[in-house]
Order: sequence, then structure tokens, then C-alpha cells
Amino acid sequence: MRRVSKIAAAGVVSAALALTATACGSSSTDSGGKDKGVGMAYDVGGRGDHSFNDSAARGMDKATKEFGLKSKEQTASNSDTESDREERLDQLAGAGYNPVVAVGYTYGDAVTKIAKKYPKTTFAIVDSVVSAPNVDSMVFSTEQSSYLAGVAAALKSKTGKVGFIGGVHNTLIGTFQAGFDQGVKDTKPGDQVTDQYLYETDDRGYNDPAAAAGKAKGMLDKGIDVIYTAAGLSGDGSIQTIAGKPGTWAIGVDSDQHEDPALAKYKNQILTSAIKNVDVAVYDLIKSVHDGKPKVGTNSYNLSNGGVSLATSGGFLADVQAQLDAAKQKVVSGQIKVKSTP
Amino acid sequence: MKKFDKDRVVLGIAAPVLAVVGALIVTALVLLATGKEPFHAFDVMVNYGDKTDSQVYILNKATTYYLAGLAVAIGFRMNLFNIGVDGQYQLGAFFAAVVGGAISIPGVVEVPVIILTSMAVGAIWAAIAGVLKVTRGVSEVISTIMLNSIAGIVIGYFLQGGRLGVLDKDANMVSTKPIPVSSHLFSFKTATDPVFGFIVFAVLAGVIYWFLLSRTRFGFDLRTVGRSESAAQASGVSVKRMMITSMLISGAMAGLVGMPTLLNQSYDYGNDFPTGIGFTGIAVALLGRNNPVGIAVGALLWAFLERASAGLEFEGYDKEIVGVIQGVIVLAVVIAYELVRRYGLTRQQRQVGAELAAAGTDDKQEVAA
Repeated sequence: MRRVSKIAAAGVVSAALALTATACGSSSTDSGGKDKGVGMAYDVGGRGDHSFNDSAARGMDKATKEFGLKSKEQTASNSDTESDREERLDQLAGAGYNPVVAVGYTYGDAVTKIAKKYPKTTFAIVDSVVSAPNVDSMVFSTEQSSYLAGVAAALKSKTGKVGFIGGVHNTLIGTFQAGFDQGVKDTKPGDQVTDQYLYETDDRGYNDPAAAAGKAKGMLDKGIDVIYTAAGLSGDGSIQTIAGKPGTWAIGVDSDQHEDPALAKYKNQILTSAIKNVDVAVYDLIKSVHDGKPKVGTNSYNLSNGGVSLATSGGFLADVQAQLDAAKQKVVSGQIKVKSTP
Repeated sequence: MKKFDKDRVVLGIAAPVLAVVGALIVTALVLLATGKEPFHAFDVMVNYGDKTDSQVYILNKATTYYLAGLAVAIGFRMNLFNIGVDGQYQLGAFFAAVVGGAISIPGVVEVPVIILTSMAVGAIWAAIAGVLKVTRGVSEVISTIMLNSIAGIVIGYFLQGGRLGVLDKDANMVSTKPIPVSSHLFSFKTATDPVFGFIVFAVLAGVIYWFLLSRTRFGFDLRTVGRSESAAQASGVSVKRMMITSMLISGAMAGLVGMPTLLNQSYDYGNDFPTGIGFTGIAVALLGRNNPVGIAVGALLWAFLERASAGLEFEGYDKEIVGVIQGVIVLAVVIAYELVRRYGLTRQQRQVGAELAAAGTDDKQEVAA
């Protein structure tokens, strides 16, 4: 009995301590302040995904260092609802961060709503178009860089079988697949391309390396020797798996994954990466806001303006560089129209 | 006898409180180990979770989690692990959104149609696992996990431009046709964001859950099967029918999980619809010990922690720390209840022993006399 009372007493006291909070009727976002620096809302995976989000982070790091700005970062999670995304942007803008960068198309509606609430703050959205006077919509022609990745894959494959792994089966990742497939077919019409996705709608596809590893293993077992993975953080899993089988190649995405220190162990089998220069777009935006002339409106990034590109680090493509340059030239000149839907 | 009941109440409260306190201590240690100051973190969490808009957020999130918790708990009570709530609610919400977008009838009729569609789809999806279990002996854990994956594929197939989805190419978004404005569910206005009207339905669902399980013959049968299948069989309960029925109810309840989001917030099912809530439901049901009030507390706690994670991240703490707290709380709850149960058991044995000993001495005295 005495032991029970003791347990109860300890419990009640700690509960009382924990619950002494009182509601004060204020909002969690009205802390105020001005020009605190850059607010960054990442997509799932966040900083450290060695891919999409890291590209945005690099652009921000460069700008904040150069202009002596402060920054604040927030990251999405898989169970996010609309209110989570709005809250994240609201919090950043409300605390005085300007510009506020939303990484990923899922923020589209949230940016539309919150940009209206803070007309003096500049917002940016990656991979989506939001028409508002204070929003920079950054759209990337990733089908073009993926096309070059497809050309490289076809030229480097010894088995004539190449593979594509997408994180989530949606429109955006479809542009990567469409470009890649077309690049392969235009180069070696007889080659076989296998396209697979990790998830149909669930955005866990961007942060599930184990799933990507499984898919890559399956492809390798079927004799596929070049695999292009467009799946954010999940790509780590497929790169690791590919590195376990000599003579096969991984193609990275969004960032130059050959140069990523975290992937250094596998770099000898990272053929190239289809780079999406989110960093350039983010840097440009921060600079423009810093200069007092915010770069708003829809800004397209493609092969011709260097917004997307194919990495050459590692030098594995040196022998086929001439063919790649020719293909790039054709895309830039419009001689080849790359499809954006598979 | 009265005193014994009081002890039981004390024991009942002690377990969850111990669990939360234990979780806080472990979290504090984790924070210390990562070189951060723990008390400031707790302060941030409480202060942040305390604001009006945070409270609205917590209520809205908890509404969804509560329904997920109930759906899982129905299975738990019967010793069935419905891991498939995740797929059931997504598939239900998807087809409900499709139906809602396709028809345009007065809201009073349309809202129930949408809700019932979702419940029906959820129930059918869960029934597949139920039928497989009773006819072929397939473990419901395996089949529901696989059905989650299949649900994702089904949605992925239909949720495309030209099929059941509408594609916004610039925004990279695909979603179903939005539900007409007349069928948006009511909400409660506050100083900041509105509170979802669906919270009323969630409370109702909780009451029905309580009534069904503890006040009807069906509930009694269900709990009996959960405790011992053979005993239930012997007393004339059809175990197979109970399994299918409870899977149906669990699936129908799962169908409600997506409704607060669909009817009060997004008004369509797009590729930004929240996923993974079914798994949160498992944790919430464990926290709440399958008790309707307990699940509500668990859901609120879970929502509070998620809200607090935003505040923590803003203050430079790792957002993952909240994940650690959540995991530790679930573990601590299981451990705390086990400890308290064992303690209660020993105490009961001691009491019985004491009574028997007393009776024994009486006998001896009789003999001696």
C-alpha cells in the first residue's frame, strides 16, 4: 500500500508540473521581426539527402555566407497535411524571414495562401507555379538533363539493359523517366529500358533508401548494368547496392552525387548525375532579394541556361563526351524535342 | 472492498503517468547526450503547444488520430492486428473523394454519402484480409500489410490525369475533382484557424465504440474471442463470423480516418494527401490501452508532440527528438502497464495468502477446540 501511494504521489506531482501551462490566447507565429535572413522549408528528406534538398541547401549556404545573412530551416514529414505546410511557411514569414523558400511542389497551395498573408515577403517555390506578385516559381526542365543521362546510359551499358527507378509515380518524376527513356531509345533503339517506381502516391518514396536498394538489386539480378535513380534520399540505397556489383553504374540525380562526401565510398561507380541546379535558382533569388530587386514570376531552368546539366566529375564519360555534347546541342537548338511525359 | 477499488484507480493512473514521466527522463538524457539543454526544450514545447492556433491544430490532428486509434483498437480487442488501417483509410478517402467530386446534390445528403462511401470501401478492403484469415488461415498481419501496398497501387493507377484525377501540370499536382462547396463540412470558428466540424463525428464514433464493446452482446462476444478463442467457441460464439465482422467494423472505422482532412480541409484527394496515419493509429491505440477515453488522451498527446516538433525545430533542436519521445512513450507505456500489472498481481496474491492464512488459523483453532 505504501508503495502504491508513493508511486501515485510521484505521478501526480510530475503530472501537475507538466500541466501547469496556461493558454494565453496568442498565436504561435506572431513573434514579429524583420529581415531575419532566409527561411527554408525543405521537402521530405531535408538537408542531408545528398540530392534534391541538399541542392537547395547549397544555394542557401552560398548566399548566406556571401551576404552575411542568417537562416532558419524547417523540414517536411510524410504525414504532413496542408495545415502543417502552411504553418511551416507562416512561422518562417511571421518571424521575419525573407525570402521564404519552399522546396518541392507539395508546398504549392500553402505558398499561394501564405504569400497572400505576407505581401511584403518574397516567397519561392521549387517545381511548381504559383501566380502571385511576390512569388518566384522555379521550374526545371529535368526531362532535358534526364535525356542526356539516358544517352550516357545507353553508351555505357554493356548488356544493353538499363533501368530507371523513380521515387513516386507522379507527374514530376515522370519528366525524369520520359527524358531518360527517350535518351536511351534515341541512342540505342534496341536497348531495353526497365522503369520502376518505389511508391505510387506515397511520398515516402523520397526517403526510403531500403526500398530503392531492393529495386536496384532486382534490376541488377536481371542483368541491368546502368541504373538511373530519381528519388531524393532514397537514391542512396540504390547507389550503395549498385556499388556492390563491379562493372555496373549508378546515375545520380539533382546534386552531383559523385562529389558528395557521404557517398565517397561508392563514387567509383557513380557514372554521372543529372543535375538540377536548385542551388543556382535559390542563390539567385536570395541575391535578388538582398539587392532589393526580388526575382519574382515564373523562372525556367533548362539545358540552355545551365539550370539543368549532366555532371562530368569522375571523368567516366570522357570517352563519349563528343556524343553527349552533340546530343546536348540538339536539345538546346530544339532539333530534338524531349517529351516531359512518359 | 471500497479500499481495494481506490487502489485500483491509483494503479490505473500510475501507469500512464509513470510512462510519460519515464519518457521525459529518457528524452532529457538523449538531449543531454547530444549536448543540448533539455529543460529549455520542454519549455519550448509547452509554450509553443500552448498557443491558440497550436491548440486548434492539436484538436484537428487529434481528431484524425483518434479515429485511427479506434479503428486499430477494435482489432486489438479481438486479438486481431489490423495493420491495414493505413491502406483502408487512403483507399476509402480516395473513392469517397471521387464520388464527392462526381455528384452535386445538397450537402445534407452528399456529406453522408461521402462518409458512407469511405466507410464501405474501408470495410471491404479490410474484409479481404478477414476472409483470407478465416478461410485460408492467412495471418492478418501479413495480408493487411500487403493490402496497404496494393491500395497504394490502386490509388496510383486511378489518380492520374484522364482517369479519375485532374492534372495541374504547372503545379505537378494530381488530385480528384474537388467536392462542391455546398458539401464542405461545417467548422467551428476560433480566433485563428477553424476547428474541424468532424470532431463531432469523432466523439460520436468514440461513444459508439464504447457502447458497442462494453454494453452489447456483440461486444462481449468480441472480447471473449479476444481473450480465448476456444472458450468463446465452446460457449457458442462463431469465431469465424466474429473475425469477419470485427474486420468489417475496423475497416469501416478506418474509412472515417481520412474524412476530417477531406471534408474540412483539402476537399479533394491529391498526391499531397497525408499518408501513414494508420501506423500512428497503432501507437495511439497502444497508448490509450484500447479504452475510448484513453485513446483520446493518446491522440491529443501525439498531436501535441507533433505540433511541438515544429517549435523545437524552429529553436534549433533536431526535429527527430520528438520521434524519440513518441517511441519512448509507447515503450514506456507497455513497460509501465506490465510493471503495474505484476505489482497488482503480487499484491492480490499476498492478500489472498493473508486471507487464507487467517482462515487456516481459524480452522486450527476449531480443531484445537
